[in-house]
Amino acid sequence: MVIEKKWKRWVYFYIPLTVFVIGTLFPFYWMLITAIRPDSELYRSWRAANNAPFWTLHPTLEHFQDLFAKTTFPHWLWNTFFIACASTAISLFCGLLAGYALGRLKFPMAGTLGTAIFVTYLVPPTLLFIPLANIIRAFQLGDTPWALILTYPTFLIPFCTWLLMAYFKTIPKELEECARIDGATRFGAMIRIIFPIAVPGILSAGIFAFTLSWNEFIYALVFLSSPEKKTVPVGVVSEMIRGDIYFWGQLMAGALLGSIPVAVVYSFFVEYYVTGLTGSVKG
Amino acid sequence: MTRWLESERLLATLLLAPAVLLLGLFIAYPFVMGVWLSLSNTSVGNVGEFVWFRNFVKAWNDSIFRTAFGNTFFYTFWATIFKLALGMWLALLLNRSFRGKRIVRATMLLPFIVPTVLSTFAWRWMFDPTFSVLNWLLYQTGFITTKLPFLSDGTYGMWCAIVVNTWRGMPFFALTLLAGLQTISPDLQEAASLDGANGWYRFWHVTWPLLKPVTVVVVVFSIIQTFSDFQLIYVLTGGGPANATHLLATYAYQIGIATGLLGEGAAISLFMLPVLFIVVWLQLRYVRRLEGA
Repeated sequence: MVIEKKWKRWVYFYIPLTVFVIGTLFPFYWMLITAIRPDSELYRSWRAANNAPFWTLHPTLEHFQDLFAKTTFPHWLWNTFFIACASTAISLFCGLLAGYALGRLKFPMAGTLGTAIFVTYLVPPTLLFIPLANIIRAFQLGDTPWALILTYPTFLIPFCTWLLMAYFKTIPKELEECARIDGATRFGAMIRIIFPIAVPGILSAGIFAFTLSWNEFIYALVFLSSPEKKTVPVGVVSEMIRGDIYFWGQLMAGALLGSIPVAVVYSFFVEYYVTGLTGSVKG
Repeated sequence: MTRWLESERLLATLLLAPAVLLLGLFIAYPFVMGVWLSLSNTSVGNVGEFVWFRNFVKAWNDSIFRTAFGNTFFYTFWATIFKLALGMWLALLLNRSFRGKRIVRATMLLPFIVPTVLSTFAWRWMFDPTFSVLNWLLYQTGFITTKLPFLSDGTYGMWCAIVVNTWRGMPFFALTLLAGLQTISPDLQEAASLDGANGWYRFWHVTWPLLKPVTVVVVVFSIIQTFSDFQLIYVLTGGGPANATHLLATYAYQIGIATGLLGEGAAISLFMLPVLFIVVWLQLRYVRRLEGA
């Protein structure tokens, strides 16, 4: 390693890193402190002499109580969870099969199809939400969770397929051939030999897909309209601002509770998540 | 049945069918429909007629559209530069060994995990015109004597959006670049420093050339995401004040969904297509070249 002086390590390393950490985490701290602060402290002039914005002496849970009493927040949480799980399951199923086909089978058009799926990966939802809204209406899926469960895979499948395809390519061909010599069918070898080996890849793709669908906004905003059917991001935007009035305490309480599930899932599987993240850009 | 599955071609067709079906139904079909909509005067509850390129011409002559169009480039350009610069810096910091490295690395990704809409609300509250903690901080430390109009001024609003976007996207850059850095052997750094190269020189002549392929892919990916961004602006400014901070996606939403002019909205979002097309094309060419090499 390159040896350096102590002051240099502070100036070039500890101080910048600390600034990065504070800058990254401050908005979350601010969410928390706003959520537990009583309204009388929240809405106080910014120049008031005794204003201490970074902590509170009177923590309260009233915003959380209001959140559960005055909105359908638990419904939103459940909807988001259900939709994220269902669309992740569909995407993993399709991505697993397609990834296997593209990664391990030889057939005409394999290259073209692979490129086509890669291109759809790069089509952003905001390009297509208007015609999709029409299609959802035509299929009579509007205002049902199915509108999202079926459309989220459009950005999840390409990602899962590419990640798993790359994963399948790293598994040696001999493993499959051995199984086939022992009498397994091609299909059987795929299910019993290859898929179990790919479990870490499947987990990465699944975790990543879950957080992506938990975060999705524009489709949920356009396709859902009843308050109790919304997902957390849309519910917070459309139901917690009444007229021009923002209920900041409740908003931040909702934002905090809506973030915790993904943060928990993420913290348990952080290594898989990072693999998914870095795998997703290797193309 | 099982004997059919022995044919690679047949098995491949079966395995690809679900994915192709879903993508065809919800990407290819809407795309074709979007092109048709953009050439018609369809609105909600009213099947439109074919109007050629009238929607595109109308959008181009609309001053709000022009602003949104310019904003989209401005926003993408600066946000990407900041994300790349800060992400690279953070990646270099995280690539060193120190105590608590794993936990720091894990927490740095939080902005990327948490739903953008929810974290953007926290920022909006931090930029609040009356109760902004940032104004308080700057005032107390003596940088300002009067409140900054964070979101009530178009120019400030745009820069605020760029800051929030940078905050959110920077971890993605940092972590992917870090993954790239970790594949570079430390011996190279050591050899260069023995030859008397200083930190900057080592970065530009040893690290950067090896990191370039990862960087290109990350930047392209981020450009697509940023160029088509919707939720951040929708929550932070709603396109205001006075339509000064619209992006193409938020303006398309306002015209297409909020106003119900589906044809015009579809045309506005299709203005994104040429840029996305060029970026994707460059990306594909670059990936091919890497694979060929």
